[in-house]
Amino acid sequence: MSQSSLSILLLGALGLVGIGVGGLVLSRNLYRLVLALAVAETGGNLLLVLAGFRPGAAAPIIEPGRAVAAMVDPVPQAMVLTSIVIGVGVQAFALGLAIRARAAYGSLDMDELRGRMEADIDAEAGAPPAASQHAPAIARLAGQPEAKP
Amino acid sequence: MLTRYGALIFAAGFAFFLFVLFAGQPLGAPPMTVGRAVLDQAPAAVGAANIVTSVVLAYRGIDTMGELAILFAASTAVGLVLGRGRGHAAPTAEPGGFILQAGVDLLFPLLLVVGFYIILHGHLTPGGGFQGGVVLAAAFVLPVLARPAEQPSHGAMAWVEGLAGTAFIVTGLAALAFDRAFLAPLLGAGQLGALVSAGTLPILYLAVGLKVGAELASLLLRFTEEEAAR
Amino acid sequence: MTWTDLVVQVMTVLVLAAAFAAMFLRNLLGAAAATALVSLGVSVLFVVLRAPDVALTEAAVGAGLGGLLLALAAKRLGLWRIEVQEKTDDGEGKSC
Repeated sequence: MSQSSLSILLLGALGLVGIGVGGLVLSRNLYRLVLALAVAETGGNLLLVLAGFRPGAAAPIIEPGRAVAAMVDPVPQAMVLTSIVIGVGVQAFALGLAIRARAAYGSLDMDELRGRMEADIDAEAGAPPAASQHAPAIARLAGQPEAKP
Repeated sequence: MLTRYGALIFAAGFAFFLFVLFAGQPLGAPPMTVGRAVLDQAPAAVGAANIVTSVVLAYRGIDTMGELAILFAASTAVGLVLGRGRGHAAPTAEPGGFILQAGVDLLFPLLLVVGFYIILHGHLTPGGGFQGGVVLAAAFVLPVLARPAEQPSHGAMAWVEGLAGTAFIVTGLAALAFDRAFLAPLLGAGQLGALVSAGTLPILYLAVGLKVGAELASLLLRFTEEEAAR
Repeated sequence: MTWTDLVVQVMTVLVLAAAFAAMFLRNLLGAAAATALVSLGVSVLFVVLRAPDVALTEAAVGAGLGGLLLALAAKRLGLWRIEVQEKTDDGEGKSC
């Protein structure tokens, strides 16, 4: 494999991380947040495996009866093995939380969710519904000026 | 609007940071300080033909135990979040089509064989407990997709999971009895490339495979059955 | 240019395109499928990078199990059919 292919792979992995992190901070849908997390994680795994690659080396598996040639680094591969499995566990938990949030508040949009949760907190604490959706609920409860409707 | 631009700038800055970090790396020429020692010593010391397996189970065994703990925590948390015990498939849940049912009947034994093959050859060929465990989980979830009325019991899966986890830890503790480190491979390296070789590594991977399979199957069932109950 | 170079170039482009699709597709089920496609393409890249263990894991866990998980969750979240999604639009038009 030529050096230019390695550069392409590096750019591809960085692109995956960039797209994933961009989606993570820009999207407001909880489901798409999970998708962005998965994409960024895949890019990170590719970056790690790429860091242990040597051109012309063999996979780290010995075939009995054949001379042991140069092999790629097995340590990052073992780490990525762990990372992939844990990633799916985190993904499952995040999806469970998204399902629960939608069941409780009837929306997947983060801004709507925040508004309904704050209204819920206000109702619980007996505070009047706030005019501003952007002030934190705790400031409104403390009687800040923007808490007046 | 300002926060969105800030987020975009953050993402671009993060990507640039990673680029700077990795552009300085000698691409294609890793230093391999640990890797070279592992490659030199692992075949004789552990006896597994697949060196990644000897890293995962022999050199980083405690790490793998932590991974199993995280997976267990995730499975438990999903069960907790999505509600426990309420999920029985509604009798009205209609079975899948003919193609799905016939295909599942055909695939179920094949998936079992492939899953156990991947687990038991984890120290010889690519694969191992995690990959084979996922195949086993798929084998037990597919029939539920075809016939939602017939749910496998969560109790049996919890038993398999608990026994497999116990087997993993007992194998690790047995090494302590022989004055070795926790989870150190026992029983000698054996002949490189034979099915019975690499000491206790196949036993550990079998335990990992059964545990991962039971955990992921119950996790996936949690996602399917609750939907049927709603 | 050897065939590995060709595989690397084609797969990198495919993976990046699928990642963009996962972020910008209106239909969230399609976006989930695009995410599984990202995992599948990266697993091919792992084979080229001489990491068959990781490739097998990524294909089985990332693409297979992750895709199944995303699809089941989409079904429970009511994103399964496009018509339904248009009616009970969960602020999807505003995101991204």
